[in-house]
Amino acid sequence: MAKVLMKGNEAIAEAAIKAGCLHYFGYPITPQTEIAEYMAKRMPKVGGLCLQAESEVSAINMIYGAAASGTRCMTSSSSPGISLKSEGISYIVGCDLPCVILNVQRGGPGLGGIQPSQADYYQATKALGHGDMHLFVLAPASVQEMAELTCEAFDIADMYRVPVLILADGALGQMMEPVDFDTIKKRDIPEKDWAACGHGGKRKKNILTSLFLNPEELENSVLARYEKYKKIDENEVRCEQFMTEDADIVVVAYGITSRICKSAVTAARAKGIKVGMLRPITLSPFPAKELKALSETASKFLTVELNMGQMITDVKLAIECSRPVEFLGRTGGSMMTVEDVLAKIEEMGGNK
Amino acid sequence: MSVVFKKPNAMSDVPMHYCPGCTHGIVHRLVAEVLDELGIEGQAVGVAPVGCAVFAYNYFECDMIEAAHGRAPAVATGVKRTHPDNVVFTYQGDGDLAAIGTAETVHVGARGENITIIFINNANYGMTGGQMAPTTMLGQVTTTSPYGRDKNIQGHPIHVCELMATLDGVAYAERVAVNDVKGVRATKKAIKKAFQAQIDKKGLSIVEILSTCPTNWGLSPVEALKFVEEKMKPVYPLGVYKDTTGY
Amino acid sequence: MTSRILFAGFGGQGILFSGKQCAKTGMQLGKCVTWLPSYGPEQRGGTCNCSVIISDEDIGSPLVNTPDILIAFNAPSFDKFEPKVVAGGAVFSDSTLISKKSERSDISAYTIPATELANEMNAPKLANVIMLGYVIAKTNIFDFDYFAEKLTASVPESKAELRELNKKALLLGYNYAE
Repeated sequence: MAKVLMKGNEAIAEAAIKAGCLHYFGYPITPQTEIAEYMAKRMPKVGGLCLQAESEVSAINMIYGAAASGTRCMTSSSSPGISLKSEGISYIVGCDLPCVILNVQRGGPGLGGIQPSQADYYQATKALGHGDMHLFVLAPASVQEMAELTCEAFDIADMYRVPVLILADGALGQMMEPVDFDTIKKRDIPEKDWAACGHGGKRKKNILTSLFLNPEELENSVLARYEKYKKIDENEVRCEQFMTEDADIVVVAYGITSRICKSAVTAARAKGIKVGMLRPITLSPFPAKELKALSETASKFLTVELNMGQMITDVKLAIECSRPVEFLGRTGGSMMTVEDVLAKIEEMGGNK
Repeated sequence: MSVVFKKPNAMSDVPMHYCPGCTHGIVHRLVAEVLDELGIEGQAVGVAPVGCAVFAYNYFECDMIEAAHGRAPAVATGVKRTHPDNVVFTYQGDGDLAAIGTAETVHVGARGENITIIFINNANYGMTGGQMAPTTMLGQVTTTSPYGRDKNIQGHPIHVCELMATLDGVAYAERVAVNDVKGVRATKKAIKKAFQAQIDKKGLSIVEILSTCPTNWGLSPVEALKFVEEKMKPVYPLGVYKDTTGY
Repeated sequence: MTSRILFAGFGGQGILFSGKQCAKTGMQLGKCVTWLPSYGPEQRGGTCNCSVIISDEDIGSPLVNTPDILIAFNAPSFDKFEPKVVAGGAVFSDSTLISKKSERSDISAYTIPATELANEMNAPKLANVIMLGYVIAKTNIFDFDYFAEKLTASVPESKAELRELNKKALLLGYNYAE
């Protein structure tokens, strides 16, 4: 298939269908409504279902039911809607169910705005739901990656029985770039013998619950989940390094801001500044080892985010505060320019 | 010697946690008997609520999912829409179904989801110790309406069957009670009809069952049965509120 | 080579379509492209712009804050973005809707009464296509025939009668440059 020019939101929707996700449950919210619309149009043609729920709360619980019965399924929303889904997400984690959730972030708090933002980083990576839990969080930075990582998200979800969150933003969702769906790889997925879809008299009943009133039982279930997280940590951390080999300053950025930073790094290199960029592709687990390694050679770090400084905490933790970490951010829906980032890099000096 | 009475196959052989005199156990048994009689245990997926029946997944032999408070109808929708051949039921109490889960309940009715709702109305929140429910009656004392439910303060109770009967997607809505033998037999008939309606893809079926809560009502089991008869039935009249099944 | 183009005007003027057509044609030529719209609650009549980048190399930021080429379809857009065009760049404006002219000496300023020409050919919605023809003539960002072919191919079968009209509008703008 030739490359097609698609919006990020549409690329995610099409990639999900190509990944065998034939069930989508959602509720309209800007700037991700194209996904529900795309699904509504496409699903009936591929024998699937797009169901508009009465709320984000219901949508995530439909996902809970669909995932519990062993079906590949996804839901999408934007920041305020994701907050509503957080209850259901916690239950999904508690039952070890695979599904894909997409957050096309907009500015907040509250109703906020509808322009691009990365203000939900903490929510996504630290506490998207109550309890001792993590999500696996992927952060695409191009429309091609929106497609590729969506397919990956389904496979990772099924391999480890975890919900996977794709953390995008309004700019990535709305922008168009060429997409090639043929490059997408698939993994071997274990059979879902745990699903509640009727035992047919052939096996014992399956129970999917997150309720464990006995503290010891609950502790064991959480410990088992954290063993799984450890495996994910060992096998699935991903990042892109750009011109970091000899970099004195390392810029850390993900998603749409990494695109701006890449241009700024290129411009700074043209001025002879030894700067590079590390772009986390998985935000949780975070590429801490890779950053730690860079801290051996780089003297300064700069995180660039569309918020007031959230990922910077993880960068500091990753390098154990061994180097200064500076911050450049915009919030509320405004975006920094390449020139802004370049000026900050120049201000930080750095060895030529 | 022939067996004249035994545990239904769809019921697990475990002790239940319900209080003495509580009618949850009766309703569980009726549901299990219907699963047996219709031969659908293997296709069935039950969705348990948050409330006294939170452990319902331990008592049925079919596949079970434990939902968040109020969300059972949405969870059931997810199962049914992805597995149309499964027989999917929720088992919910009044707080779960008619307070925190009102939207989910109304919308499965509006969509005409082919699922069955077993709704236990005991006019209070049992699990948390007898607080006011959306179905607590005017004047009824609970721990959060200690002077009796006052319409000017706590508003009016919700009549679920009457409400659901207004929705086009609801095929069958009946209110029954399990406070006497006649009522238990009528309840089983209603539950069976509700499951049959689902199997025949008629739309949403809901059976509201007036139940006892002797512990939180502060009554003996026998007095509790009388309470259903004398206090609840006048407020929640039994009967078929909607039936488009054509049975 | 990299062209960073900003299309700006009102919603309903075909701003997003024009940008998309350029990005798509760039893609078909095997180039890297991005298209990023300003988006808002307005569906029609509100201000609207989109950034398009067409490049031989991987594209970093998809935002065009300082365009090589500005294509302005209303006065507020012209006022806002004309000062941001890079030195050596070009600004195109629809003189039917924008009376102001660029006073900068470090950029090329081109005007065309695109809306008037579109009205004259009884196709008021094709002012954007007339403009594209003019832009192609002045900048050579695309080969005219190739762009015309891709443009007509993008008109759906159900509106086949619009194919010729689009080609005519594109040619009208192209020839206006002579």
